[in-house]
Amino acid sequence: MKIIYELCDICGTCVAVCPVDAITVSEFKVEIDNDICTDCLNCLKVCPAKAIEEGE
Amino acid sequence: MVKDRYDIVVIGAGPAGSVAARYAAENGASVLMLERDREPGIPVRCAEGVSHNGIAPFIDIDKRWIASQIDIAKLTSPNGESAFMYNNGVGYVLERRIFDTALCELAAKHGARLITKADALDLIKENDKITGVKYRYMGETREVKCDIVIAADGTESRVGRWAGINTTVALRDIDTCVQYTLAGLDLKKEICEFYFGNEVSPGGYVWIFPKSDSTANVGIGIAGHLSHEKGPKEYLDKFVARRFPDATITYTMYGGVPTAATLKEIVKDNFMIVGDAARQVNPITGGGIVQGMIAGRIAGKVAAEAVKKGKFDAKFLKKYRKEWDKTLGNTQKVMHSMKEKFLFMTDERFNNLVGYCQKIPSDKFSLKALFTEAVKGDPKLMLDVAKSFVVSKIKLK
Repeated sequence: MKIIYELCDICGTCVAVCPVDAITVSEFKVEIDNDICTDCLNCLKVCPAKAIEEGE
Repeated sequence: MVKDRYDIVVIGAGPAGSVAARYAAENGASVLMLERDREPGIPVRCAEGVSHNGIAPFIDIDKRWIASQIDIAKLTSPNGESAFMYNNGVGYVLERRIFDTALCELAAKHGARLITKADALDLIKENDKITGVKYRYMGETREVKCDIVIAADGTESRVGRWAGINTTVALRDIDTCVQYTLAGLDLKKEICEFYFGNEVSPGGYVWIFPKSDSTANVGIGIAGHLSHEKGPKEYLDKFVARRFPDATITYTMYGGVPTAATLKEIVKDNFMIVGDAARQVNPITGGGIVQGMIAGRIAGKVAAEAVKKGKFDAKFLKKYRKEWDKTLGNTQKVMHSMKEKFLFMTDERFNNLVGYCQKIPSDKFSLKALFTEAVKGDPKLMLDVAKSFVVSKIKLK
C-alpha cells in the first residue's frame, strides 16, 4: 500500500483496521511497512481522506 | 524535573487518559502522562458534542471550553420529515482544545505530570513483564519505568498491540468520518441536527453541531464497509452544497470512530487500556468523550489501589473490567447489536422511525418511549430489538 502524503491527514483510522500492525503513526507521518502488509485493503477502504492507494 | 520512574505511566492525554491520570494521582499514585502532540486536544478530531450530565461529575462547567449550549435535537428522515426532541437534558458543543487542556490541568492539580511532544515508541519488557515505556522527546529517545502502563492512545492505538492485545476493528465496526467547521451560516445555536438515510449517510448519519449562530461542526460518519465506492467526503460535500451553499470552511478534519463493543481484553499484567483505544464508544451515537472519562476514572482508581497493594497482575487489574462492564460495558454490547440492525435499515424504516418520534410529546421523549411507539407500528422492529438482547444475553438497565 502507498500513502498519498498530499491527502493524508494523519488521523490514524487506517491503523485501527490493520490486522497485521503494518502501519505506524507519529505526530507528523503515517507509514506502511510493505514487508508486513498483506494487501487486505482494509486501510484503503476506510481512509476518510482517500489517501491510500495500491502499490509500493 | 521529570523522573525516570513513576508508579503509573499514561500514554495519551485525551479525556480518557487525563481522567485516569487524575484519579490515579488523587488516590496516591505517582503518575506521568505522555502526549504525542504539542498540546492536549489538538488536532481536534471530534464533533465536540456532550451532555451536561455526562461531564459534570468530572469537571466544573466553565464557559472557557463551551462554545454553545444545546437544548433541542432535530432528527430528519430521508423523506425530509423532522422530529424534535427536548427532553434529553442540556448538552454542550465543546472547544475540545481548551477542554482537554483543562482536564490535564485538573490531573496536574492532583499531582500527575504531563510531557507533551512525547511520542511513545514501545513498551519496555523484562522477562516478558511490562516495566516501562520507551518514548521520543525532542529528537531524543528516553525511557521511563513504571509498574502499570495505561494506554489511552485513541482510535489509532498501537500501545495495546505492543502489550499483546488484539485491537483490530472490523470494517463494519468503524465509522469513517469527515467534518467541516463552517462559517457564514444562519443557525439557531441551541438546536443540533441529525440526518439519516442511505442516500445521505449509509450506515451512519450527518450531524450539525452549532458553535455559534453563524458557525457549526458539520460532519458525517459512514460505516467502514460501505465507504469503498463513495467516501464520506463525497456524501458530506453533497449535503453541504444543498444545505449551506454559501458557507466557508474554516477547518477540515478526518477521523475514524470505533462503533464496536469494548475490546475482549482491556487488562494484562501491568497494563490497562482505556477510551477509544479500548473501543469504549457508544456504537450508535459514536460518542466517546464521556465513555472514555468514565472508563478512565475506573481504571485510574483501580491502578492506584494496585499500587497501594503492590498487586499488578491481570487478575487484580480485572477489577477495572468488572466495574466497566457493570457501568457501561454491558450496555455497550447491547447497543452494538442494535447498531447492526441500523446498518440494514431501509430508508422507509428511517422514515417510520422519525414518524414515531413525532408522535411522542417532545417533553416525554426517551429511547424507551420511542421503542414503545415504534413497536406499535412496526412489530418486526421489536423482533430486531429483542434479538439484540438475546444475542448480548444481558438486560439494558
